[in-house]
Amino acid sequence: MNRDSNGYTFGFAAAMVVVVASVLAFTASSLKDLQQDNVRKEKMQNILATIGVETDRDGAEKLFNQYITDQLALRNDGSVDAEVSAFSDINLAIEIKKNPTDQRFPLYIANVSDNDYYIIPLRGSGLWDAIWGYVALDSDKNTIKGAVFDHKAETAGLGAEITQDWFMNRFVGEKVFDNTGSLVGIAVSKTNNDPKDLDKNDHEVDAISGATITGDGVSDMILERLSHYLPYFNKTTQTIAFNE
Amino acid sequence: MSAKKSKKPIFLFLAKEREPLFSKKNRALLKDPLDDNNPITVQVLGICSALAITVQLKPAVVMTLSVIAVMAASNVIVSLLRNLIPNRIRIIVQLVVVASMVILVDQVLRAYAYDVSKQLSIFVGLIITNCIVMGRLEAFALGNGVWRSFLDGVGNALGYGMMLILVAFFRELFGSGKLYGFQVIPEALYEMGYVNNGFMLLSPMALITVGLIIWFQRARNRKLIEKN
Repeated sequence: MNRDSNGYTFGFAAAMVVVVASVLAFTASSLKDLQQDNVRKEKMQNILATIGVETDRDGAEKLFNQYITDQLALRNDGSVDAEVSAFSDINLAIEIKKNPTDQRFPLYIANVSDNDYYIIPLRGSGLWDAIWGYVALDSDKNTIKGAVFDHKAETAGLGAEITQDWFMNRFVGEKVFDNTGSLVGIAVSKTNNDPKDLDKNDHEVDAISGATITGDGVSDMILERLSHYLPYFNKTTQTIAFNE
Repeated sequence: MSAKKSKKPIFLFLAKEREPLFSKKNRALLKDPLDDNNPITVQVLGICSALAITVQLKPAVVMTLSVIAVMAASNVIVSLLRNLIPNRIRIIVQLVVVASMVILVDQVLRAYAYDVSKQLSIFVGLIITNCIVMGRLEAFALGNGVWRSFLDGVGNALGYGMMLILVAFFRELFGSGKLYGFQVIPEALYEMGYVNNGFMLLSPMALITVGLIIWFQRARNRKLIEKN
């Protein structure tokens, strides 16, 4: 057979595409359950990590059911939509693209040693692709108890470092409301002159060198997401400013 | 008399067919890329990933295993198809083979080694663009038998992985005082004032480490020294 003829070349390419596509589709669909289970348990693990409950992926489900007392899906006005399950129905990646009035904002309430914590899922954009995470507020709804971040495709060694403990721990103790009671979030700052993050009232944490855009993404994501929970917080707490 | 005559050619024919699996020539396929023809230190290929994922040993080891799997499999597949692949689209075919192997590895890692797959993130995908893989397909697998191509793929991936692990060893040891995630530098040393070298965690130190390895290798291996 003439291997250089157009017909052969086209035929070969067509056959190759069909074979490759079916092999990959078969693999993807047969591993799908395992992969989704990993993602689900990791979500639980991340939510637990913000309130200081460390667990491996296999133990996550049990502890999640133990500590998380409430899973709310909030409307834009702060009321609770009881028809939507916060954990399994809401996919922030899809939700965030909707109009704020159509969005449902998931909120997890945890109870650890008689203290309530409010865990808010985050999602935003880094340099290359999506970044997301969870931030837990203490019962004063102002002080950060813990934060967890993750990313899809940030640069390893630079932007991807936001998933490291030393970065996430910088957020602990920072406050998201300023003294006048307005929401300021936490800025990932290159100029805060506080590399050890000892000042917990400056609403800033030290940035990662070489990861400016990822860091800005983290700041924006925290402020943007938290702003949607203000109506709910205002409803449940009379005045946040007095908590300072 | 005739029996004696006919025996010899048959014997020769058999001998030629039954080249031992690990003959000297085949062993060279495995051994050469480890030292004399190392993809990283001699050919200086695949440097990008060598800099990026050598901060810790664990991702380096997983990357090595992934590259071994991808290179061995794609070398074998291209070698099997070498008489079928149309010459004009051979690069595309190679690319498709490598890309599908990489996606397979990525899917398997996501199902069975989720944490590691997250750590490697885009670098698993970047195996596709790793010059070593395409280079071996084009230069070797297209013109050689299946077994030899398999050995060549494994050998080159090992040569690549060996350097990755070596660099990661030094970077993790001096950068974070750990090896494979376990603390090896004793607490007492830190109390005496020892500090981890944060510079080791950054990419430039990987390049310098690779440079030092090349220096050491050339000082030891006379074959690598240029004539003029």
